[in-house]
Amino acid sequence: MFKIVKKKRVSPDSTLYVVEAPLVARSCEPGQFIILRIDEKGERIPLTIADFDRQKGTITIIVQEVGVSTIRLNELNEGDCIRDFVGPLGKHMEVGKVGRVCTLGGGLGIAPAYPKVRALKEAGNYMVTILGARSSDRLILREEMARYSDEVYYTTDDGSEGLHGFVSQKLEQLLKEGQKYDLVVAIGPALMMRATIKVTKEFNIPTLVSLDSIMVDGTGMCGSCRVTVAGKTQFACVDGPIFDGFAVDFDEMMKRQCRYNKEEKSALDHYCQAKEGAK
Amino acid sequence: MSEEKRKANLQVEKTPIPEQKAADRVQNFTEVALGYTLEDMINEADRCLECKKPTCIAGCPVEVDIPGFIGALRQGDYRGAIRILKGTNSLPAICGRVCPQETQCEEVCIVGKKRQSVGIGRLERWAADWELQNGVEVPELAPNNGIKVAVVGSGPAGLTCAGDLAKLGYDVTIFEAFHDTGGVLRYGIPEFRLPKAIVDREVNYVKSLGVKLELNVVVGKTYSLECLFKQEGFSAIFLGTGAGLPNFMNVPGENYNGVYSANEFLTRVNLMKGYLFPEYDTPVWVGNKVAVVGAGNVAMDGARVAKRLGAKEVYIVYRRSRTEMPARIEEIHHAEEEGIILKLLTAPTEVLGDDKGWVKGMTCIEMDLGEPDSSGRRRPVPKAGSEYFLDVDTVIVAIGQTPNPLVPQSTPGLKTGKWGNIEVDPETMMTSVPGVFAGGDAVTGAATVIEAMGAGKKAARGIQAYIAEKRMKK
Repeated sequence: MFKIVKKKRVSPDSTLYVVEAPLVARSCEPGQFIILRIDEKGERIPLTIADFDRQKGTITIIVQEVGVSTIRLNELNEGDCIRDFVGPLGKHMEVGKVGRVCTLGGGLGIAPAYPKVRALKEAGNYMVTILGARSSDRLILREEMARYSDEVYYTTDDGSEGLHGFVSQKLEQLLKEGQKYDLVVAIGPALMMRATIKVTKEFNIPTLVSLDSIMVDGTGMCGSCRVTVAGKTQFACVDGPIFDGFAVDFDEMMKRQCRYNKEEKSALDHYCQAKEGAK
Repeated sequence: MSEEKRKANLQVEKTPIPEQKAADRVQNFTEVALGYTLEDMINEADRCLECKKPTCIAGCPVEVDIPGFIGALRQGDYRGAIRILKGTNSLPAICGRVCPQETQCEEVCIVGKKRQSVGIGRLERWAADWELQNGVEVPELAPNNGIKVAVVGSGPAGLTCAGDLAKLGYDVTIFEAFHDTGGVLRYGIPEFRLPKAIVDREVNYVKSLGVKLELNVVVGKTYSLECLFKQEGFSAIFLGTGAGLPNFMNVPGENYNGVYSANEFLTRVNLMKGYLFPEYDTPVWVGNKVAVVGAGNVAMDGARVAKRLGAKEVYIVYRRSRTEMPARIEEIHHAEEEGIILKLLTAPTEVLGDDKGWVKGMTCIEMDLGEPDSSGRRRPVPKAGSEYFLDVDTVIVAIGQTPNPLVPQSTPGLKTGKWGNIEVDPETMMTSVPGVFAGGDAVTGAATVIEAMGAGKKAARGIQAYIAEKRMKK
């Protein structure tokens, strides 16, 4: 059992959890993920690690309430336990000094981008960070990002803050203004990563992406998370989740992400009916 | 022996085992074979000749004293029978259900020369089920010697190795990557062939021997082997990490939605209880027409699960003929009874998809059997111009697995073979890293439960000898 030591709402639709998981905290590195299962009936949910504290033995995750599992997770409070919490899984990011790095975090991609920004900054890179979300109140981890960034920019879909548009558009603007980057890290919805790649390809800047494919075991056993990278099938859980963005077949990936849309909706209906019934 | 031996029963045929009717069982996930009644058991046990020079024992990978346990059953000494079984096989309720007896003990049974061989597996199952109902005995354990041994994986190899070492007095901890125990017994073999309550009870038995279990620990990620030795104080490690890397066909279209590895499909259903969705959170999607590629036990399981989830037509697509099908005859028979259609001498050439990325069919080509290949089986050769369209919306790929690479990738100096299998000394089961042993599918690639158990047993002996030798040197 894994205790929630802190829970905090960070945006209208997402919540931060600090979970006691000393074994994971001891060995995890930026870029890796965990899988949790709320209770006996729960599914295994992969979540990228948003922060970790080796001394306290805790892992931070930020979760958007999008379906039954994430809504059920949000029913737990500080002091409650998550039944299963396993990791660290996946390959971590190779962190070194490359020069000027631009990191794009889109929506829920902001959380997993954070440990990478921190590690890259600590490795001595000049860090430019672009955070984007649907609206101003969904721009999370601002202070943390600012602490490890030399420049921070915001974009919102509704224009409530920063550039009215997408993170990829902000990147394009900066590049057109003559800014130079040695590496781009883009994390967020597949559409956002694909749009970013379109820009970085044009300017020929190496780009890393982190994929949140559908997984079951997370250890290479099931192949649910397979993705085509440079024409070859790779498993996001063990070969990734970080890949060379130029090589990822995003069209295929986006189609694969829709595999369980219908079931997710029916599960949500079932859950809501059960809730109604209980009232 | 107090009484004169009862005369052997000369009945030609093996006593049939009561089963759920095919029409009923495709509607549920409960066990297909119901097990012998007491009368069935006595009738079948009496078919055993209790040969003076039995051949069946050598046919068993863990050398169970088969005439011994059947003799005890014949005398009504059920506790004695289970003691004999458990002397060498710590998981009889599982082996009695899933062992391929027809190619092991029963294949070499002397009765089988003239009549049908004795139903050894069915008798083993009866004895194990009797014990589960009448109370499990914990054997005498050697006093705890305080020496720590880590076992990685709680599948059949790990459970056996851990149980044997615990009996010898070792302080054993099993590390399991999943949130539940049993490895392939839990995620791979469906409820209707091996009820999970049986797996629970066998795991509890191993725990009752003093073995500790830590779930949610991925060795190779959460702990490195070095960390287990140096920081956690383990003296030896056994790797029973299984064959957890699914093979795909390498044909175009394999990443369309609706193409599963058998591992994914079965794990969603068996481990995650996807068949109880939405009561359980994990969904599993199956269409109306399903092609399962491959013809081993895993393929049969995939096909029969698909049928139970409501698929109307389920095909087994296999490139060789019926004789070469690697599945147990019993499983093929059960599958056919349940309406699974065999498409033999057929190989997929491409999976076709619609514009949303969902499977809408598969092109296949017919095969002829040519000269035998390196495996000794006749090599399938494509028949020119025989391609045809198979109308399916779901494809389950069950063409084997290779060992899980997580531990080798994170362990410098751990030698692996061509297929990623961990290399071991066949006598001691020690790997190229001193103090690290391995067995089961991680070494052999996908094989049987009993072979994995045999390997776990051998490794326990290897570990015992290794630790003894190390102590001598000190």
